[in-house]
Amino acid sequence: MRFLLDDEQREFGRSLDAMLTAAGTPSVLRAWAAGDHGPGRVLWGRLADAGVFALAVPEAYGGLGPLPVELAVACVELGRHAVPGPVAETLAAGVLLGGAGGAVAEEWLPGIASGTAVVSLVLDGHGPYALDADAADAVFTVTGDELRLAPGPGELSASADPARRRFRPPAGGEVMAAGPRVGESARAAADRATFATAALALGCGEELLRATVAYVKQRTQFGVPVGSFQAVKHRLADTLLGLEFARPLLYGAAVELAGRSPGAGAAVAAAKVTAGEAGYAAARTALQSHGAVGYTQELDLAWWLRRARPLRDAWGTPSACRARVLAG
Amino acid sequence: MDLARTARTEALRAEARAWLRDHVPARPLPSLETGEGFAAHREWEALLHTGRWSAVSWPKEYGGRGADLFGWLAFEEEYWAAGAPGRVSQNGISLLAPTLLAHGTAEQRARVLPSMASGEVIWAQAWSEPEAGSDLAALRSRAVRAEGGWLLSGQKTWSSRAAFADRAFGVFRTDPGAAKPHHGLTYLMFGLRAEGVTVRPIRRLDGKPAFAEIFLDEVFVPDEDVIGEPGQGWRIAMSATGDERGLTLRSPGRFLAAAGRLAELWREAGDPADTALRDRVADAVIGARAYQLFTAASASRFAAGASLGPESSLNKVFWSHYDIALHETALDLLGPDAEAADGAWAQGYVFALAGPIYAGTNEIQRDIIAERLLGLPKGRR
Ligand SMILES: Cc1cc2nc3c(=O)[nH]c(=O)nc-3n(C[C@H](O)[C@H](O)[C@H](O)COP(=O)(O)OP(=O)(O)OC[C@H]3O[C@@H](n4cnc5c(N)ncnc54)[C@H](O)[C@@H]3O)c2cc1C
Repeated sequence: MRFLLDDEQREFGRSLDAMLTAAGTPSVLRAWAAGDHGPGRVLWGRLADAGVFALAVPEAYGGLGPLPVELAVACVELGRHAVPGPVAETLAAGVLLGGAGGAVAEEWLPGIASGTAVVSLVLDGHGPYALDADAADAVFTVTGDELRLAPGPGELSASADPARRRFRPPAGGEVMAAGPRVGESARAAADRATFATAALALGCGEELLRATVAYVKQRTQFGVPVGSFQAVKHRLADTLLGLEFARPLLYGAAVELAGRSPGAGAAVAAAKVTAGEAGYAAARTALQSHGAVGYTQELDLAWWLRRARPLRDAWGTPSACRARVLAG
Repeated sequence: MDLARTARTEALRAEARAWLRDHVPARPLPSLETGEGFAAHREWEALLHTGRWSAVSWPKEYGGRGADLFGWLAFEEEYWAAGAPGRVSQNGISLLAPTLLAHGTAEQRARVLPSMASGEVIWAQAWSEPEAGSDLAALRSRAVRAEGGWLLSGQKTWSSRAAFADRAFGVFRTDPGAAKPHHGLTYLMFGLRAEGVTVRPIRRLDGKPAFAEIFLDEVFVPDEDVIGEPGQGWRIAMSATGDERGLTLRSPGRFLAAAGRLAELWREAGDPADTALRDRVADAVIGARAYQLFTAASASRFAAGASLGPESSLNKVFWSHYDIALHETALDLLGPDAEAADGAWAQGYVFALAGPIYAGTNEIQRDIIAERLLGLPKGRR
């Protein structure tokens, strides 16, 4: 047994981190929230060049996938940098369309792998909203055994995170594929979206903790850094605990997905509830430890603070995930 | 020991209920953290005042009803149960008014309180500074003696709704040579549109300009706007945070009403099989009752002549923690719609998130509880 990332996987994560740090996501997020997807699409192009989206696309369609461990590594970094856009959805579309096969797969999968296609999804049992549908080149909806291309993004519903733009696509649209394979692929795709979201949540929480640790070292009150107070220290220590126990569940789920284990769905759910809650707890800690300035839009921190709770709930609420863990 | 309500309290309750039934706006007002909402809430304050409901616990001569704490608690229960708007005059009414009643002059009370009760003048609290948050005594804004008054200079921050308010009250350093940081401070009132004042709104997490920075450049304040003796500012400011604010900042009525709405949401949208969520709803109902009874005991002690002091820190930690848990539970009940930013629960959640930070952070409150109620040794703060 060697339950550790290998050098290449670690290097992949580091290079994404360096690239996203250099790109500076806060300005991209501001544009995205204002409905300007230009800078976001440029960033997505660079992520595709680094191979991120190809990880979710089967080799037969020009991808490298499925490579769940690498996918987790990438999504943790995307979460760490709060990359805007339907990341989990586009990655899950690789599974959905790959499973459905046929013309729709031929048409869309190569574009997903190369970064020219941004895709959003609405799947049975996961609510009516399609994330960033206005930025997407396609919004696919699955009801029962039917895969459709939504006729348009539908109505915008403001999210607590202004860079998550949720739309409610109208019913109907052209049927792109139908049959039991569609329903089955949709369930696998939902699991993949849950998995990706768990990784995004973990990365989001890690960045919240990093930024907060840096802040409490330099913010002084009563003549000392506030990070020297035990109440602050302990809360940050607990936050680290939460995140560190989510990480092995995430990679454990990755291994199960890679091995097509029958328990993979439950493993993904366990990872999602744990990472989602740890990320949200990190947001609460970050807000409290920053004091009033954390409650503002003055710091870039706000992008992460507002994202943690939606990530906790997206593609499997904690309660739904817990039920899934027991259902096996 | 009993929970019997006096005829006087119940008469006030009945009168309030009837008035609120006739006057509470059918549709919620726009958020009071925006310019438009602030104006709408100011009008509501004026309407409340016409019914003499804006400050029930004040003496009649200033627009109140002379109600005791039990009367105030009953009024608050009716107020929030009726779904009435948030109180835009809150900081003035719960913080400045008690200070003036205890330490102000008769002239100040007569000048300040009636226009506060009517919403004509809305007050902002200007205590915090960039380098003086939890460590309030580190504040640096100065008041320098001038002919007939004082000249204020420096910077205040996080002043709730100061971008829309009319006047502010705050603590200023008048004796920079004082031996200890909390000596040599003076409590003053000043106009937010006075010469030398610049107010910059600050957006909170959801983008609403809920608080502001206040820059002061030799702003003249006449002697008549000094509260209490110069140099006594710390003691005066703290007296209001302990006794009154702990009890009156967030009334149990507010949470009883919220818990009622949550229980209703559970009955409409809850999945009976989700017992974990059911338990959290039940905890919210139980917590509201606990807070109501805890407050009834505090009010009883207060009525019997006790001062509350550090006990109010228990209130503060309890309600701020409770408020977040309640809203988190509601969001979990909303499922995929929880993420929507515009719903009442989502807005309440954003508001609740700040509770453990303002009015003294919960970390500071826990220190007070540990040191002053439990008698533990003082930390190195
Ligand atoms: C919504 C909102 C409205 C506000 N409205 C007003 C207003 O109207 N007027 C006004 O004057 N102020 C207002 N404030 C400011 C508020 O009073 C301060 O935010 C508060 O006192 C904390 O100060 P700070 O933000 O500088 O945090 P800091 O003091 O910098 O604290 C940062 C973190 O360190 C912790 N910490 C600090 N000291 C200690 C210690 N000794 N032991 C353990 N932990 C410690 C804190 O608890 C916090 O978690 C408001 C704040 C908010 C969020």
